[in-house]
Amino acid sequence: MKLKGAEIFIRALKQEGIQTVFGYPGGVLLDIYDELYRSDITHILVRHEQGAVHAADGYARASGKVGVVLVTSGPGATNTVTGIANAYLDSIPIVVFTGQVPTALIGTDAFQEADIVGITRPCTKHNFQVRRVDELARTIHEAFHIARSGRPGPVLVDLPKDVMQATTDYEPLPPKEEEPIPPPKPASGKALYVHDLIAESRRPVLLTGGGIVLGRASEELRQMARRTKMPVTSTLMGLGAFPASDPLWLGMPGMHGTYYANMALTNCDLLIAIGCRFDDRVTGSLETFARKAKKVHVDVDASSINKNVMVDVPIVQDCKEALRSFNKLLADQNFTVSYEDRREWFDMIEEWKRNVPLSYCPSDEVIKPQFVIETLCNLTKGKAIITTEVGQNQMWAAQFYKFDEPNMFISSGGLGTMGFGLPAAIGAQVAFPDKLVVDIAGDGSIQMNIQELATAVQYRIPVKVVVLNNGYLGMVRQWQELFYEKRYSQTDMTYAPDFVKVAEAYGTLGLRAMKPDEAAATLRKGLEHPGPVIMDFRVAREECVYPMVRPGGSIQEMTLGREMIN
Amino acid sequence: MEKQKKEHILSLLVNNKPDVLARVAGTLGGRGYNIDTLCVDATLDPKISKIILSVYQDQSAITKIEKQLLRLIDVHSVSELTETETVMREMMLVRMKLTEKNKADIALIIDTFRGRVVTMNGDSCVIEITGTKADVERAIESLKPLGIDDLARTGIVALERIK
Ligand SMILES: Cc1ncc(C[n+]2csc(CCOP(=O)(O)OP(=O)(O)O)c2C)c(N)n1
Repeated sequence: MKLKGAEIFIRALKQEGIQTVFGYPGGVLLDIYDELYRSDITHILVRHEQGAVHAADGYARASGKVGVVLVTSGPGATNTVTGIANAYLDSIPIVVFTGQVPTALIGTDAFQEADIVGITRPCTKHNFQVRRVDELARTIHEAFHIARSGRPGPVLVDLPKDVMQATTDYEPLPPKEEEPIPPPKPASGKALYVHDLIAESRRPVLLTGGGIVLGRASEELRQMARRTKMPVTSTLMGLGAFPASDPLWLGMPGMHGTYYANMALTNCDLLIAIGCRFDDRVTGSLETFARKAKKVHVDVDASSINKNVMVDVPIVQDCKEALRSFNKLLADQNFTVSYEDRREWFDMIEEWKRNVPLSYCPSDEVIKPQFVIETLCNLTKGKAIITTEVGQNQMWAAQFYKFDEPNMFISSGGLGTMGFGLPAAIGAQVAFPDKLVVDIAGDGSIQMNIQELATAVQYRIPVKVVVLNNGYLGMVRQWQELFYEKRYSQTDMTYAPDFVKVAEAYGTLGLRAMKPDEAAATLRKGLEHPGPVIMDFRVAREECVYPMVRPGGSIQEMTLGREMIN
Repeated sequence: MEKQKKEHILSLLVNNKPDVLARVAGTLGGRGYNIDTLCVDATLDPKISKIILSVYQDQSAITKIEKQLLRLIDVHSVSELTETETVMREMMLVRMKLTEKNKADIALIIDTFRGRVVTMNGDSCVIEITGTKADVERAIESLKPLGIDDLARTGIVALERIK
């Protein structure tokens, strides 16, 4: 069957099971957009290409499927770079298709030519330029395979215009058969050793990360933690994989982690880290990090192991696979341990929890940002999909919204991209039209991709935006307060638009709460509204996120808020 | 011990495609590692190239570099070649101006390093010298006082003694 490149493109996407594409057209993509016009693939027209990538990323994080982006050459392609780098650092599977000038013009500085393969080389898992139409279908399938396999990540495929117009013989791939899940692999010698370490340990801790969410190993993690009675702490990227309502839960560790998670890490005698990469935001000073512990590290990516923290037992394996064989081993060995056996350890943890709980100073006068999130958590029973922007809003969301399930907390962990939350919420909502999706935002970040509100309105994507409006670039202001003697250089954001009017101008609902007693009603009204909403909460301007570890400091040395000092 | 820097030779099997060398170089350069020598050509299988490169670093950096290189889709294998298990050679072409005075000395040096004269043009000649990196460097030192016009070095090529 002879087909044009643009037709093959659509067929290959459909073979990959793709129903939705986030994109923005342009000259070199006209052939593809013409085919899209005829096809039943849903195309969501964003308002900026960065928004398309974050939306595909949010879609992928919520659904576990590969997100797809389609943008034009030159500026369309370069606009995706932040989004791609963001997905790269958080290992999110997306495929970005960029248009390119015709092959004969490549390298001539043609109109709207950019070397996007060169530009994105260090921030993609892999990238391709398709130079011949007969390579097109195979390259597309390979791109999807690379994006989702092993440690996932973004893949870019550059499509010159003449390749889209050329024709070739097209044979669809034979449909893939679902492979049955193999039985757990027999435990390796290393697993047996880890088993013994757990049996001997008096103060064990499990530290988990985004790898558990990406590897869909949440159930296996719960089994292991509950059988071994190991307390669990999880990085920002792994929140929800272990339920916050479980008594074994310690909260998040690190710079803005809970006091008790950091104390547990500092004092544990066995640390089993699974699917995390020991980011400096988690470990603080490496010299004092979990110094007393024997360390086990499981990750699919060998380059993550012994990169920052040197471990005693490195295990390069898929998290789910590792946990399955491990659980089987525990079952076969009839491993049992009771809460009573770990009494001493749990007593220590209880005492840390009692001494320094996660808390804030409530107020009747001004809205506390933490209070907004707590109320949001109560009203939604912890069941909303939460995306965040970056800064204080992100940390408070991680601290005060209690996640019981994976894929519910969607946040830019590695790159820390302001402007991520709104488009990511749109993507998550596209994946789950019937779930409640809320973007917890700061007044600075929300202005970075506010244009995507038009996308939400156009496609009736009913995302709710909660702006914690402190009139500052709050997190930077916090550092200036704590480390630069309150010299607030360029962090005042008082000159912001009226967010209620912004919502209205885009044709949707805007709400505002000025006082604490209005907060719950505003949230209720906003959450019940059937369309997209912006809720503007005028919060305490100079609130800080606590606890806080000084950058480069030891994680057990935390600066606490007044209210935390019992 | 671990922290001691020395020259490490890595041998990579990679896809023989445009862009692959840039990916390899970027993986090192992006992390602040300098590639000291580099040698690339196709293997018996024209779809696969062998890259041999040397980096002056400590062992823990080399381990990280190996793991990062293995993350590249186009890289099939990375192995570190050690001096005891490998034959290592480098070739140099060096152009000299010949005079009545230096002729005899140059001939002696060529002899010492088992080099040869590849071409002669009037009073200019190009000499080829092959040996270990240290040999080549010693040859340069000996030739320098005699007036080197220009030179080109291949960088290290290396092959395991046995499979
Ligand atoms: C694109 C981008 N630019 C700059 C930064 C640096 N930065 C980190 S947090 C922050 C302040 C965010 O302010 P806001 O969105 O109002 O949130 P808040 O901290 O007040 O909750 C800034 C500027 C960033 N993370 N991303």
